[in-house]
Amino acid sequence: MKPLISTRRDFLGVVGGAASLMLVRPAGATPQAMKEAMAAVTGGAPVKPGKIKLDLPPLVENGNAVAMTVKVESPMTALDHVKAIHVFTEKNPQPNVISVKLGPRSGKAEMQTRIRLADTQQVTALCELSDGSFWSDQVDVILTISACLEDPV
Amino acid sequence: MAAARTLVNIPPKAKRGEVILIRTLISHVMENGFRHDNMGKPISRDIITSLTCTYNGETIFEAVLYPAIAANPFVTFNTIATESGTIVLRWTGDNGFAQEASAKIVVE
Repeated sequence: MKPLISTRRDFLGVVGGAASLMLVRPAGATPQAMKEAMAAVTGGAPVKPGKIKLDLPPLVENGNAVAMTVKVESPMTALDHVKAIHVFTEKNPQPNVISVKLGPRSGKAEMQTRIRLADTQQVTALCELSDGSFWSDQVDVILTISACLEDPV
Repeated sequence: MAAARTLVNIPPKAKRGEVILIRTLISHVMENGFRHDNMGKPISRDIITSLTCTYNGETIFEAVLYPAIAANPFVTFNTIATESGTIVLRWTGDNGFAQEASAKIVVE
């Protein structure tokens, strides 16, 4: 009978396969998990592109703290204002990043924070207006050092 | 738990109806719960989960934070200066974390 690993090529194949398995991260959201998290917010309502502007640097060296600004064009009156802003990621361990409630008292629909990114991915911002409509914006971010999953030394 | 350092930046004076920017920072590790220590044991999650801002008792801003927020959460938002009074920020989180900070504003 032929041994399982007889040639150099077989050996490399097995070792390479094992190494790539080890590289698979233990936990990770998927674009599907992000869609589900977004559906939990919208309740299945249609999401249109526009109105909201997500500002993230296109190239990030360190994913541990990435400055993010979200703005929505809105007069912010009692009749027409932004009720909420949500931010989601595709490849962080969890899809949710932040959820913010605003109202006519906000004056200006703009918020800023610093987020963690685990991978090169697309980040989505979603806003809910007082008329019940949902709007979104996407930004692709390329990352060189990941956050979230590396362990302390 | 020792009190976390907070930094709240609110203009001390504003005109009535003016939109003011509120900038907040709090020292916190925001341990995300996905990491392991050097013995391979998972490190349990310890994050701030919510930030609420009230202006003279009325809630003007609420945020729910997830582990994807960087350590020492920095959050800015706006509000309309309606009257003189106190703006209170309240952070709450895992393991019974609770911290408050406030600032006075004079509206002319």
